[in-house]
Amino acid sequence: MKIAVCVKHVPEGSARIDPGSKRLDRSGEGALNRFDANAVEEALRLKGESDTEVVVVSMGPEQATDSLRKALAMGADRAVLVSDDAAGGSDLVATSRVLAAALEREGAELVLFGQQASDGDGAVLWAAVAERLRRPVVSQAAALTVEGGSLRVKRQTEFGYDVIEAQLPAVVAVSDAINEPRYPSLKGIMGAKKKPQEILSLGDVGVDASEAGETGSRTTVLALADPPQRGGSQKIEDDGNAAQAIVDFLAEKRLL
Amino acid sequence: MKTLVFLEHHGGELQKGALGVLAKAASLGEVAAVLVGGGVTGLAAEAGSYGATTVHVADDASLEPPLPQPRVDVLATVVRDGGYDTVLFANSVLAADVAAGLAARLEAGLNWDLADLVHQDGDLVGKRPALGDSVYVDVGWRSEPRIALFRAGSFDATPTGGGAPQVETVAVELEPYSQLARIVSQEHEESSGPSIEDADVIVAGGRGLGAPESFALAEELARALGGAVGATRAVVDAGWYPYAAQIGQTGKTVSPKLYVALGISGAIQHKVGMQSSNVIVAINKDPNAPIFEFSDLGVVGDVHEIVPKLTELVQQRKGA
Amino acid sequence: MAVRASDYPPPFAAGEFVAEPTDPVDERIEVGVLIVGAGPAGLACAIRLGRLLADDPATAERLGEVPVALVEKGKQPGSHLLSGAVVNPVGLKRLFGDRYRADEFPSYGAVHGEAVYVLSRRGAVRIPPPPTMRNHGNYVFSLSRLGRWLAEHAEEGGTTILPETAAEKLLVSHGRVVGIRTGDKGRDRDGGEMGNFEPGADLVAKVTVLAEGTQGHLTGVAIDRFGLAGAEPQVWELGVKEVWKVEQPLRDVIHTMGWPLRRATKYREFGGSFLYPMGDDMLTIGMVVGLDYRDVELSAHDLLQELKTHPKVRKLLAGGERVAWGAKTIPSGGFNSLPTRLYAPGLLLCGDGVGLVNIPRLKGVHYAIESGRLAAEAAFAALRPGGTPGQSLAGYDEAVRNGFIGHDLYEVRDMRQVFGRGFVVGGALASAMTATKGKVSVGKLAAEPDAEAPLLRSSRAAAYPAPDGTLTFDKLSSVFASGNKTRDDQPNHIRVAQRVPREVAELWAHMCPAQVYEVGDDDGDGTVTVRLAPSNCVQCGAITAKGGRLTPPEGGSGPEYTLT
Repeated sequence: MKIAVCVKHVPEGSARIDPGSKRLDRSGEGALNRFDANAVEEALRLKGESDTEVVVVSMGPEQATDSLRKALAMGADRAVLVSDDAAGGSDLVATSRVLAAALEREGAELVLFGQQASDGDGAVLWAAVAERLRRPVVSQAAALTVEGGSLRVKRQTEFGYDVIEAQLPAVVAVSDAINEPRYPSLKGIMGAKKKPQEILSLGDVGVDASEAGETGSRTTVLALADPPQRGGSQKIEDDGNAAQAIVDFLAEKRLL
Repeated sequence: MKTLVFLEHHGGELQKGALGVLAKAASLGEVAAVLVGGGVTGLAAEAGSYGATTVHVADDASLEPPLPQPRVDVLATVVRDGGYDTVLFANSVLAADVAAGLAARLEAGLNWDLADLVHQDGDLVGKRPALGDSVYVDVGWRSEPRIALFRAGSFDATPTGGGAPQVETVAVELEPYSQLARIVSQEHEESSGPSIEDADVIVAGGRGLGAPESFALAEELARALGGAVGATRAVVDAGWYPYAAQIGQTGKTVSPKLYVALGISGAIQHKVGMQSSNVIVAINKDPNAPIFEFSDLGVVGDVHEIVPKLTELVQQRKGA
Repeated sequence: MAVRASDYPPPFAAGEFVAEPTDPVDERIEVGVLIVGAGPAGLACAIRLGRLLADDPATAERLGEVPVALVEKGKQPGSHLLSGAVVNPVGLKRLFGDRYRADEFPSYGAVHGEAVYVLSRRGAVRIPPPPTMRNHGNYVFSLSRLGRWLAEHAEEGGTTILPETAAEKLLVSHGRVVGIRTGDKGRDRDGGEMGNFEPGADLVAKVTVLAEGTQGHLTGVAIDRFGLAGAEPQVWELGVKEVWKVEQPLRDVIHTMGWPLRRATKYREFGGSFLYPMGDDMLTIGMVVGLDYRDVELSAHDLLQELKTHPKVRKLLAGGERVAWGAKTIPSGGFNSLPTRLYAPGLLLCGDGVGLVNIPRLKGVHYAIESGRLAAEAAFAALRPGGTPGQSLAGYDEAVRNGFIGHDLYEVRDMRQVFGRGFVVGGALASAMTATKGKVSVGKLAAEPDAEAPLLRSSRAAAYPAPDGTLTFDKLSSVFASGNKTRDDQPNHIRVAQRVPREVAELWAHMCPAQVYEVGDDDGDGTVTVRLAPSNCVQCGAITAKGGRLTPPEGGSGPEYTLT
């Protein structure tokens, strides 16, 4: 079997939005999105001692190879990065197009995603990618097993758990409750450098430059603004009636 | 503007979040809704009182399991046939997957995690809080249809007083790949209480509680409010409460509708984990505690005095 | 009798951290040269070795699949680097030869002008810079950024860098250092193995270079194990600094003396502040204070906050924003505190770890780089076919002592004690010593370890400014600004006596810039319990100077500096 894990290189430390481009500033140091480490771990867990191949796939600037190397150090076998200046600023529609093209090339039976990007930049990509790949998708997987030609997921929703079965090939987004990602071992870190890493252009995956980046996007960032002030912040001293004052406040806010 | 709102339902009830988005859409112009499921036609009428003039209903046993892809098939058909230029969703595990699938199917722009939607200079503009809500980003669409996914709790589900909607039945043929997943079983038991990630209400305790025993105050208040209990790093470090309940930079990040902070000073490490809560109420005896700078209601006082009374008043009110 | 922190030693024995290799032979990771610490010394060593081995394939061949490996406890190279830093570029120039011009190194530009002020609460008197503090020809750097840049060169040159890896134990076999053992990962607070537990590993090397920086954990262990302690005990200063985005560019390199430190000699408050420009839109401001101070309420963190309220400083920061914060100790014992030898069988010691810092000149980065470079030469000579390891490693010691490092440090060998006599007298003596190249000596003053300073208490803390979140900050906000997001549920890495007199607990609570220590409950027998929040720790090392002992936490913990 082949498992592809989609990972993202996210800015480290105090992220900022560049006022000029209105994009998240990705010039600083970055790291593997911590939620994606759950997806890598799950792939490695499914692989176990078998001959399953785990490929990590990413799209982003060339520094994203740092994140891919981390996944390789954890135990993934190979990495693919689509890195192209023309892909910068891609929105969901454009990103899913490029990523789906890269995944088509891999033809993995199972595609895994983490539950969200820690830079706040999205938590929906898998469904768009699955649509483009015309494959079943299950998100919020808190447990995952693969048997024969199908998989079984315990999906966590607002209402409890659903057990879902889907046929392979499929796309699954795992929740961060599914596992505790392993630490790369020293041998893993030392071996990561030697594992195959491919850097592809848009042309390599067969996507026209006009179909990616800002020109290929259907949404746009118009402006940045300060958040609205917390409405009417008030501070009172307890004179013995504070409990009642809180209840009145909650009632007024329709929180009771 | 021709708007369509996705009506999510569970246990024979329309979801409040979806009705809130519907009411919001009605305030911006004419709005229709789409309802997908098995045996759901009866729910359509209620959408009228939240402003839907038309409800498209796809009612079929095959649509009963809450899976996203068959819903993408339904919505794609409704949007194309009805000529809708805007499709709105209230965020949920299901709705997010439907919205993103629909965006890819229709090559449509999707803006997510929106807190509001406004008309601005003739354009529709979404407001997206970013970077821990420290900045608001105005987002737009370059083409139609426009798809938007709203943060939970963005809008109140207030009836608009509309009449009975026109119900239109949708016949849909599902894509083969939309039928490759199936729900085997569901466990929707009512647990002892919500987890802190899912809770609408969180009552969190800090060092100001004074002693581990005092966490009972937080637990009782949380029970009365139907919420979960959270804790600061300091008290988790001190062994007063389990790490699983830790909220903050190195714990969980939460955004409930109501966050009640008991004896929490509000260090930045805690703030980054809870600052996007809708309403923050803080009780602390130190009038200079930083938490008061980002609370909606700050009470300077002793948690041991106030919280038992508060719990009792909440219980009375809920009982009444 | 005055209370001294040294009377309450930590539960620590260096022997705990010396071990024979334990991994089965076929599981050991064998490397040629192992370097501990991705700072200027370790990275210079790696870069130089890369060049030497590239030119000598025969020796490279002997070193196996991984000729040079470097372990770094921080998240990445640079994460734990912090310095002023006005750097003398000579170290970089000698390391890179003609590959780069001085202005091609990743600095924030050459020093244009400089000023020294003696401050009072509101006033400032400009004085001519003492000869030791003239910086013409030097450059302002962020050491963290320089570290990342050097790490790229080291990797390009073939060094395998292993970040997030703590060097926990020194592997010694038959009296010879044979590598290190890395720390375990994935232990819970009580030391139990978590689901993702990853045990440490033996990294076995032909030569091990410890370039751990100030308060180096294994450097201390090695000095103990091989009996290398110098003539006088090492002493330290604590530096706390911030980086600010500012509206108006700062032009000059500024140093200050005096306020907010107190002049009265009984307090022993030796130190000062610095303000350096970082390009047109940033500056760095820092406060340094000798850790031989006596007042339990002294807090370097809060002295820096107080400094920023001085009218002259406040003006420079107006409209600006703090973008980074950090803290670190600086070894200040100088020549008299150097270890007797900078080597042991299989081992070389470099940089700040052994105290290669010139305190009167406020410089150490070029010594670190130069010592790393010399260590590379020595290790290479030892490993060449037909090389004589013992002689080669001893040659490193000679090269350091006979080169500019040794000369510079000798020249200012008594200056630390001189400043202990107060700035005005000390300044005159310092000038005389410098002018005569060290021929004028004031005679040795007995140095005592920082932890032996008899404690006293004034009500200093009451005067620290209340944090306003714009100009002045509380310690936890500062820890946040250091990028520290250490996993909380890991074992405590800080060794201190748990029950101590209140004065000692207060000393640590005020001293620590990262709010690790808290004065806990009164034990009823004249002592209090010390409470710890180890995940706040930014590994500055002050606790080791002042009566405790820092050991490395799980790799990847601690600050994540990028601008300091």
